[in-house]
Amino acid sequence: MTITAPDIDKAAKPVKVKRGGVIGNTGLYIATGIAALLFLIPFYLIVRNALMTDPEITGEEWKWFPTAIQWGNITEPFNDVTVDFARSLWNSVVVAVLHTAGILLICSMAGYGLARIPYRHANKVFYAVLVTLMVPTAVTFVPSFVLVSSLGWVDSYRGLIIPGLFSGFTCFLFRQYFLGFPKELEEAARVDGLGYWGAYWRVVVPNSLNFFAAIATITFINGWNAFLWPLVIGQDPSAWTVQVALSSYMTNQTVNYHLIFMATAISILPLIFVFLFLQRWLVQGIAQTGIKG
Amino acid sequence: MSTTTTRGVAQPAPAQASKPRPRRGLRASSTFNFWLFTGPFLIGLIIFVFVPIGWSVWLSFFEARFTVTPSEFVGFENYRQVLTDEDFLNSLVTFTVFAAFIVPATWAMSLGLALLVNRLRFMRAFFRSVFFLPTAVSYVAASLIWKMSLFNGVRFGLANTVIGWFGVDNIAWLASPDPPWYWLVIVTVRLWLQSGFFMILFLAALQNIPRELYEAASIDGAKPGWQTFRHITLPQLRATSTAVILLLLIAAYQAFDEFYNLLTKATWGQPPLVELYKMALGENQNYGAGSAGAVVLTVLICVVTLLQGKIMGFGRGEESK
Repeated sequence: MTITAPDIDKAAKPVKVKRGGVIGNTGLYIATGIAALLFLIPFYLIVRNALMTDPEITGEEWKWFPTAIQWGNITEPFNDVTVDFARSLWNSVVVAVLHTAGILLICSMAGYGLARIPYRHANKVFYAVLVTLMVPTAVTFVPSFVLVSSLGWVDSYRGLIIPGLFSGFTCFLFRQYFLGFPKELEEAARVDGLGYWGAYWRVVVPNSLNFFAAIATITFINGWNAFLWPLVIGQDPSAWTVQVALSSYMTNQTVNYHLIFMATAISILPLIFVFLFLQRWLVQGIAQTGIKG
Repeated sequence: MSTTTTRGVAQPAPAQASKPRPRRGLRASSTFNFWLFTGPFLIGLIIFVFVPIGWSVWLSFFEARFTVTPSEFVGFENYRQVLTDEDFLNSLVTFTVFAAFIVPATWAMSLGLALLVNRLRFMRAFFRSVFFLPTAVSYVAASLIWKMSLFNGVRFGLANTVIGWFGVDNIAWLASPDPPWYWLVIVTVRLWLQSGFFMILFLAALQNIPRELYEAASIDGAKPGWQTFRHITLPQLRATSTAVILLLLIAAYQAFDEFYNLLTKATWGQPPLVELYKMALGENQNYGAGSAGAVVLTVLICVVTLLQGKIMGFGRGEESK
């Protein structure tokens, strides 16, 4: 499933075909533009609703713009007494960061071991990893919950983070990547007297930072956006992640539109930043791996 | 682009006999290192993946309510219960219908977007980013926008406002299964969220198609547009298409977030995972039946995946290149 990644930004010019000229081109841009507008409307609605008053949002007449931008709405999710929004944001930060760091460490090492360290039973171990790819993690949430609750990890960071670290898929991706890593670089390191461990940390990892960045971006987004597992584990509101908190707004008795949309905007903002800054790696990583976690 | 540079660095003659000289204790040292590197992962994999699966199979043969310590061996009773549970069976139907909609729709849409973006001469990065941006949004946040602002059942939702301009009455999008308007809501959320991601895959694949093919086709008199698309682009995208369809199918099977959030109070349109969630963690906390359901679902997914692999010749397309 590995797909070699072309540099999409600097990709070859579109194939020139005898066609179109000015009219075809204009049509192309109009079509793309309309599609782009449709894709942006939901983002616009979040911002619009977040900065309006409730009567304006639910009013008789549809308004594209607020009459007066309600900057004061920004603090409202944090003042809300029913949901501890600040706490849930913090939980999400902790969970997403540790999730990403843990996966990078554990899965990359395992991928390297499987790809590069000769061992008689390596194939058997690899098959054991492959088997887990067949079983969707979302289906195992019932038994996983049973296990985690018997460990007493419900409502804890341990419960939120640790079970998700052993992603057969990420391990597989790292293995595929390391199989393509130039052997000569490592052999030079070995000649210089480094063991596997030294060669890995001083030569292999520093030369693979782009791939690590790509996987990190995808993993972080998945960690931040995860819902089912945090919902299962976060029985107590103090262990809610921001996604669980958002979901709880939807089932609340009273609907406070501007607050809900402000909270949504705040929950998306960190990812938009990650996205804009790391997009290059993200695109490259997806094109390379073809997979979302 | 380090991957290209790292790959570029080392392409010398195939290193013959560059295996390290056999040394005493080398085998022992690589065994040690193998476990040093893979050990932490494997231990976790056993504890958090294999044990839960095994436990699930074991629990599925026991009566276990409100407790994870099973009390009574009941054989296949849980399976019988799950497989005759109307809600669970309906959820499998829901999944099938959902997959039948969302898989082709996302395939077509992401391919369409990729074709559009690939033809652009300027502002390509901008448009690509716009279509890709929803990948950053969670299903929960998107469900919230869809439910409370786009497809709200009353007039102030955008959809009802727009149809109101044409004199059409408000539609209660999510509130009833008949007509199944909720389906439109469910499908569009996912289309918006996942199309950009798969567009990137198609873009990458499109740019791997050798230009000579198009030149040759144009010499042979193929009309650009539909003919070239049909006879060159589409066959060249075969491997990517297969992978995309497989991924879409797996993703559809795992559908939970948007159904849970959009159809919170509904009794219709519930996919398998929501039913499992209700069964195991709902009012009855029936872990035995929940585990049996998980086993059934896992087996089903494996079968579908394998079948699809067989039918579509998964992986073959790439190898035959």
